[in-house]
Amino acid sequence: MTRRGIAHASLIAVAVVGGLVAAASPRARAQEPRIVAITAKRFEFSPSEITLKQGETVTLQLRSEDTTHGFFVRPLGIDKDIPPDATTEVTITPKETGRYRVICDHFCGAGHGGMKMTIVVE
Amino acid sequence: MKRDLDRRRFLKIAGVSMGVGALYTVWPGLGGSAEAAEAARRLGLKTGEKPTTFTFAQLSDAHVGFDGPIGTRALEKAVDSLNALPQRPDLILFTGDLTHDTEKPGEHAARMKRFQEIVSRLEVPKVFHIPGEHDAGLDGGELYRSVFGPTYYSFDHRGVHFVALDNVSRARPEVGAEQRAWLARDLARFHKTAPLVVFTHRPLFDLRPDWEWFTSDGDEVMSLLAPYENVTVLYGHIHREDHHTVGHAQHHAARSLSFAFPDPAQVDDKKAIPFDKDQPFKNLGLRVAEHAHGRAAGADTVKVEDVELTMKEFSGTEGFNQILKPATF
Repeated sequence: MTRRGIAHASLIAVAVVGGLVAAASPRARAQEPRIVAITAKRFEFSPSEITLKQGETVTLQLRSEDTTHGFFVRPLGIDKDIPPDATTEVTITPKETGRYRVICDHFCGAGHGGMKMTIVVE
Repeated sequence: MKRDLDRRRFLKIAGVSMGVGALYTVWPGLGGSAEAAEAARRLGLKTGEKPTTFTFAQLSDAHVGFDGPIGTRALEKAVDSLNALPQRPDLILFTGDLTHDTEKPGEHAARMKRFQEIVSRLEVPKVFHIPGEHDAGLDGGELYRSVFGPTYYSFDHRGVHFVALDNVSRARPEVGAEQRAWLARDLARFHKTAPLVVFTHRPLFDLRPDWEWFTSDGDEVMSLLAPYENVTVLYGHIHREDHHTVGHAQHHAARSLSFAFPDPAQVDDKKAIPFDKDQPFKNLGLRVAEHAHGRAAGADTVKVEDVELTMKEFSGTEGFNQILKPATF
């Protein structure tokens, strides 16, 4: 390889490495939604309260430890079933601040009526 | 609270709250006029029966098996009250949560049998049921169907078409596409003025979604009913009386036979109203009505008054109307 060719290859290598560094930078990581894990079991959600930021895109990872539960909160546009042995994902970007009650709307037994949690949007 | 209700229209379905349920009266308001006779004849051709005066009652949310202080006393009292009426109702509608759910083997079937034993004492020709989520939510309605029969169906009685809708057996608050398709076919043979009574468990509109007082496809169900001018929807689930009008449809909830919930417009949390041992039927209270005949033909009025139920006595009704307009026949 000529000296000029070596210089070109070096520039390309630097550009590639620079690109890889840029991809791993905090700016690039911030574009992926934050993940919040929520577990459902008869008759509670865990955690019982989560806090999100207004305008922040978040992915809720929902899992059931026993039977199918519902995850319903009308003002946030969420109405999902959480079957057992699988992860259900919901990505939201809350627009309004407030405290939102989430309920289980898939009848799951005697304590179904009290199964709820709170999403706080600040 | 007194309210005078005008009975001058052709056919009225007047609802009366007994506190432990609701009693409805259907009667032709124009009496023996030629216009009324012709309207009755044409309605009879559509439904198979000419409209004639009759009463029916709605009872709801007995929750037989629920571990509470009332037990089955309110259900038993409702049976006695209906049997004691001077004019016995033609039929009774139970709008769900007949029993309280349990996973103990054999126990839920026993609760359904206990419900049937108490209700068998009703001296009324016809009794109809639909499930609540506590009857059918855990097993898709399998046990309920084996004891009570179909969870959705329809029938005609003296010119009124009754439709039972199931919004609980899918575990979620919804009717579902298959049942909506059935409803569309069922309604197709009726003129838009035919009186329809739909009875179901959960509200078909958003009463309080975060208390699970809604049906997710309720708008679609009501769209199927929208072309019909005389629709009354009777439901339970919320354990309190409620009256709500959407378009042509009037929605009425009956109180529970087990315990009461508070007014959703007044509180944030859905917590049962505490039991008061000195007033065990408080919040299951009754209302008094007086039915007076006016001097002019067709000018009858129904007066209503609220009273609190005591252990020793009950009486009365509160009326609300749905009117069939003769000019639309």
